[in-house]
Amino acid sequence: MKLDLLTGLYVFMLAAFIGFEVIRRVSPLLHTPLMSLTNALDAIAVVGAIILAGEHKSNLAAILGTIAIVAATSNVVGGFIITDRMLKMFKSSGPKK
Amino acid sequence: MNNFLGTDTLIEVTYLIATLLFILSLKWLSSPATARRGVFAGEAGMALAVAGTLLHRGIVDYKLIAIGLVVGTIIGIPLGKVQMTAVPQRTALSHAFGALCVTLVGTAEFYLRAPHIAPFMMAVLAMEVILGSFTFTGSLMAAGKLQEVLPQRPVTYKGQNFVNLAMLGLAVAIAAILVIHPEQTRLFPAMIIIPLIFGVMLVIPIGGADMPTVISLLNSYAGLSAAAMGFVLNSKLLIIAGALDGSSGFILSLIMSKAMNRSFTNVLFGGFGQIQAAAKGAIEAPPVRSATPEEAAGILAAANKVVIVPGYGMAVAQAQHKVRELYDSLTKRGVDVTFGIHPVAGRMPGHMNVLLAEADIPYDKLLEMDQINGDLPQTDVALVIGANDVTNPAARTDPSSPIYGMPILDVDKARTVMVIKRSMAAGFAGIDNPLYYLDRTLMLFGDAKAFVSNIVRELTGGSGHGG
Repeated sequence: MKLDLLTGLYVFMLAAFIGFEVIRRVSPLLHTPLMSLTNALDAIAVVGAIILAGEHKSNLAAILGTIAIVAATSNVVGGFIITDRMLKMFKSSGPKK
Repeated sequence: MNNFLGTDTLIEVTYLIATLLFILSLKWLSSPATARRGVFAGEAGMALAVAGTLLHRGIVDYKLIAIGLVVGTIIGIPLGKVQMTAVPQRTALSHAFGALCVTLVGTAEFYLRAPHIAPFMMAVLAMEVILGSFTFTGSLMAAGKLQEVLPQRPVTYKGQNFVNLAMLGLAVAIAAILVIHPEQTRLFPAMIIIPLIFGVMLVIPIGGADMPTVISLLNSYAGLSAAAMGFVLNSKLLIIAGALDGSSGFILSLIMSKAMNRSFTNVLFGGFGQIQAAAKGAIEAPPVRSATPEEAAGILAAANKVVIVPGYGMAVAQAQHKVRELYDSLTKRGVDVTFGIHPVAGRMPGHMNVLLAEADIPYDKLLEMDQINGDLPQTDVALVIGANDVTNPAARTDPSSPIYGMPILDVDKARTVMVIKRSMAAGFAGIDNPLYYLDRTLMLFGDAKAFVSNIVRELTGGSGHGG
């Protein structure tokens, strides 16, 4: 598994830029749901934990990987549920805006 | 291996689509009208990426994965269903979980790979576990303070900044040694334990009023540590998700510190509590005018335009539903009621908006500081509920005030100001508020929820039904 450092840095730079531009436009009304949503998306780290636990290369890796899956999954599940609950509450006063 | 090439490509394609969905998810969050679609896109991307990962050909043991996913779901559901007032501590807790995941994966990767770790790989791995471990304990501390299981007052001592910086420096020095000598595996635990302690020390001097900035910063660190993990695992998906989360936290931190007129370093190393202790002089308090719920109701009913300014006190008193009743009864009488929301009102970015939306107040009545400040001079009554520093005119006028320069809601420009407050005791921040001593200010002493419901009773019971 060869790490392509430069490609990785390109990806990071572009993603950070997109993130900056997209998130700058998020209304301050929704800053709390924004935080819980990005937190849920960030829990995509579960992917790395799944491979670690599943490959079972050592007992330590498997145990740490499993705990990591628990932590990340609870963020995914909890994060999406609460974000949706919050967004459902935001209603406009007009019949349709 | 080549037989599985198809599977590998398939996995990469699921990651690619997941990345697209994640970006769309954040884009759709830009407006309340499309925001829920954004959550759906995020969920779809997540499901796709996890499903793709399960096809990974190196996986030999699905039992542990299943256990992890099930237990995580069992923990996650109640965390998704907490009360809206508990959202700040829930958010801090989820930053801790995210950081925990990243730290554990980094630790496992180190022991699997050592001693054959290339310098760059070791550097990002070190960054991953250092950021991850101090974000973990720092977020736990923040959650504990917000949940009030830990003392909320800032804990400061002499030389605090030096101790903190020394700890961080030590962790980085260990990381540097490991980059050159990755075979020194016995150094690795120190590189986790020191940042774990650093995280605790970093957050203990921070008071409640600074929580919005600190939560945003921790959010940013959690994202960066996940991005570092992406470099370690050579996963572009993870690099991107981490970068998105990191930049989101960074933008929020910028907005929060701008709204407090303070720099990051000032929030983290400033020890706000110390400054305030110094500012708390023994000045003789001038007299204040107070009013009863009947009087307050009368003034509100006679107004044309009312601006309500909520703060953390409203959240503590759980008064948002009563505020909604007040909004209803005033609106029915033809009074124009809007809400002025300061960016740092509450304990996390957007906190007040969520509470008021929960109470069914339409979001187009929730106005940002810049929108509302132009209206305040034409406002008959500004009703401040549980907010203090964000309405303090000293921030505009008194260069010696610790909050001088902080942008505030100019409620003192309204024709009448009413402030619901428990007592004249200095608020959480401990700064005196000259607003309370103005001629046009009426203090409404009492619990926010009880006082607002008394006003509502006067308005609805007092003079007919809905006027």
